[in-house]
Amino acid sequence: MSEQFITSIPSVSPRNHNHVTWFDSLFAGAAWFAAATVLIVIGAILFVLIQGALPALYKFGPGFISSAHWNPVTENFGARVPIYGTLITSMLAMLIAMPVSFGIALFITELCPRWLKRPIGIAVELLAAIPSIIYGMWGLFVFAPLFADHAQPWITEHFGTLPIVGVLFTGPPLGIGLFTASLILAIMVIPFISAIMRDVFEATPRVLKESAYGLGSTTWEVVRHVVLPYTKIGVIGGVMVGLGRALGETMAVTFVIGNAHKLSNSLFMPGNTISSTLANEFTEAVNPIYTSSLISLGLILFLISFIVLAVARALLLRLQANEGLST
Amino acid sequence: MITATDLYLYRKRRLVNMASLTLSMLATLFGLLWLAWLLWTLVTQGIQYVNWDLFTQTTPPPGESGGLSNAIAGSLILIVLGVIIGAPIGIFAGTYLSEFGRGTRFAAIVRFVSDVLLSSPSIILGVFVYQVVVIHMGHFSAYAGGLALALIVLPIVLRTTEDMLRLVPDRMREAAAALGAPRWKVIVSIVYRAARSGILTGILLAVARVSGETAPLLFTALNNQFSSTNLSQPIANLPVVIFQFAMSPYDDWQHLAWAGALLITFGILLLNIIVRVFLPEPERQR
Amino acid sequence: MKEPVIQINLDDLEQPDTARLKAQEPHVPASDDTEEIPSKIILRGLNFHYGKSQALFDINLAIPEHQVTAFIGPSGCGKSTLLRCFNRIYALYPKHRASGEVILDGDNILARGVDLNLLRARVGMVFQSPTPFPMSIYNNIAYGIRLYERLSRASMDRRVTWALKKAALWNEIKDKLHHSGTALSGGQQQRLCIARAIAIKPEVLLLDEPASALDPISTLKIEKLIDELKHDYTIVIVTHNMQQAARVSDYTAFMYLGKLIEFGATRLLFTNPAEKQTEDYITGRYG
Repeated sequence: MSEQFITSIPSVSPRNHNHVTWFDSLFAGAAWFAAATVLIVIGAILFVLIQGALPALYKFGPGFISSAHWNPVTENFGARVPIYGTLITSMLAMLIAMPVSFGIALFITELCPRWLKRPIGIAVELLAAIPSIIYGMWGLFVFAPLFADHAQPWITEHFGTLPIVGVLFTGPPLGIGLFTASLILAIMVIPFISAIMRDVFEATPRVLKESAYGLGSTTWEVVRHVVLPYTKIGVIGGVMVGLGRALGETMAVTFVIGNAHKLSNSLFMPGNTISSTLANEFTEAVNPIYTSSLISLGLILFLISFIVLAVARALLLRLQANEGLST
Repeated sequence: MITATDLYLYRKRRLVNMASLTLSMLATLFGLLWLAWLLWTLVTQGIQYVNWDLFTQTTPPPGESGGLSNAIAGSLILIVLGVIIGAPIGIFAGTYLSEFGRGTRFAAIVRFVSDVLLSSPSIILGVFVYQVVVIHMGHFSAYAGGLALALIVLPIVLRTTEDMLRLVPDRMREAAAALGAPRWKVIVSIVYRAARSGILTGILLAVARVSGETAPLLFTALNNQFSSTNLSQPIANLPVVIFQFAMSPYDDWQHLAWAGALLITFGILLLNIIVRVFLPEPERQR
Repeated sequence: MKEPVIQINLDDLEQPDTARLKAQEPHVPASDDTEEIPSKIILRGLNFHYGKSQALFDINLAIPEHQVTAFIGPSGCGKSTLLRCFNRIYALYPKHRASGEVILDGDNILARGVDLNLLRARVGMVFQSPTPFPMSIYNNIAYGIRLYERLSRASMDRRVTWALKKAALWNEIKDKLHHSGTALSGGQQQRLCIARAIAIKPEVLLLDEPASALDPISTLKIEKLIDELKHDYTIVIVTHNMQQAARVSDYTAFMYLGKLIEFGATRLLFTNPAEKQTEDYITGRYG
């Protein structure tokens, strides 16, 4: 023991220590303020959107949503075409993405050999990391010509004549349009949905699965009768997250949707979505009512994606709460 | 006793099982097919135009040769701006959620609103910054672009910071506090230190995410044909250049767009792989 | 069966011993040493709440100075909670509340305006599982010292060496002072934490089941260490291991369901418990 033992605490100068307590409150205050900034930002976004949208909403009234006119020359604007395009492309994208994502999640959690799990997981996540503009370029320059030359004529010939649904597949083989946009969107949201599905599948308690296997169930039966019922809320939550992304996606869609303000029954015809309208026209809008109409579109998109996200969050939270109860 | 009917039933069940599992394998192949196809296209279309000029020449007028140097530099400037503005706020806000506001209503609201911000369409953020900054400045600027990107960086960094700080066990905080360390010191010197690779992961993922963002830059940073480091002026950036050049009718421009697309994609993929390989995954720290 | 006592009210019926303690100032119970031992910490009517549920009920007790006092009892009896009142580490969590008095050297540390950081510099604590900070062994020790002292490099080196020697860790790690503290074995990590706690020279050392996560050899080392440290520190240890309490402590308190059942010199408590519940516990009838 080289040093003599002292029992009193080392002297601390009071001034030095006051500084410490003062800094503690400053630090906590800064953290609180940073958290509050998030609320301020979202408040400001809402305020700016509403303020910008007011002139158009005031001029066109509720008819803005239902009107299919979009004429910058006569200054007559309605949101029906872009809203229709946004909803149709997103729904169709989900229709394609849901089963594929389910298959991928099923493969990763139940089938895949251990050593392949990580590489496949990473590959799927990389798909999510590729910027949307790349998907757009690829869709326009690579996919659309192939689709127009090889797939589209065949589909139109065989399905275009069907009663009722046939009209969905009519039109000249352009390659671009609502269907191509939906397909690109589907490819883009698959990684998001399958990642969430994989996570919720893996959250299924082992005991549950093992006891089902113990009764002689096949893998599919375990998934169908144990895993899916247990995780259905989480699965729906994951689908909603994907839907939220599809609704707001801009660049990929802008490349391949054709940017036409026309309401068309065929999925092979060009259309428009809210985000692609904004991307194409926002900087070109010269008169105030045009700009205001575009901001109104933005406000509508913001509200739709907010609702979708709120539902997704509520569902995923409920799943977590259930898990908390069962463990 | 296993009867013939039982065996028939069993065969049917096995068949259903085989079919569903085959489908799931096909779905995985289907998903990965696009990744392979996309990367293949990028390499075959882009690699022939990647040369030294790409990094030294500025974007050319149509019909002339040039490179993307101003766009690359501009993108880097915008990303740095976005991270400088967004990351500190995100880290502090994440710190609040994990260290001060645990279990409070305020924290729950901030967490939810941050998710709203993260999943709100990025083009809306562009419209917002345009209305708030561009209109008041009178012109597009790098500041506006950086701010738009910061709005994307903020919620990503907030989320990962909160998650990573929560992984630091409470007994670590207690041990530091038990030595008489004031709270800020516990957080800065113990909690941040224990979570630093996680926080860095969050920032790198945010960089990866914003470096391909095009939509919010269309109305904010716009583009600039020349090299510019003036932050209050429009600035060239890869995504918008790629967009404009790809949509143009000029072959030279389209070639540059493919080269730019190749650069940006492999840059982002590299960043993602670095993050996954060299930094610990949150699950593994648990 | 216990002799019936004269009962005053319902509370006393449940805890006849507390009624007796309440009547007078808590003091260090008699041992057969002749000299009187001064008390370092005195608890008066201490209650503790986690949110709405109460974890400690009216604890009155005196902790003797420069002695080892052990708290035993079945898990959930409140012994760790009690320990966390001595340095108010519970105050990190908003819904944890203590009321009553905890008097350290004459001052009530539960009073408003007490500087918690200074308090914790006086009352050190070692936790159940080792908590090395994610930094080098040297910096683990120096971290706490730097909080309150500005030392020259040489005297910092001396202090770190002193703490590591004191914690019987020096010989094992003297060549890897700048290696990460998290790379040590569990037993070494725990002694590192003890070294870190004594490096800032506290007056009281709180040990919360310090050996429960360790192997028998490491446990033995820690117990020897406790015996050596008690000359310089007042030590309070919580343990679920009765043999350990019997081995290392001078005084033992038995707690059950948030109440202090019996407190006395360790030798007396283990050989001749006054309370039926204590006897049941130490003879292994429950817990």
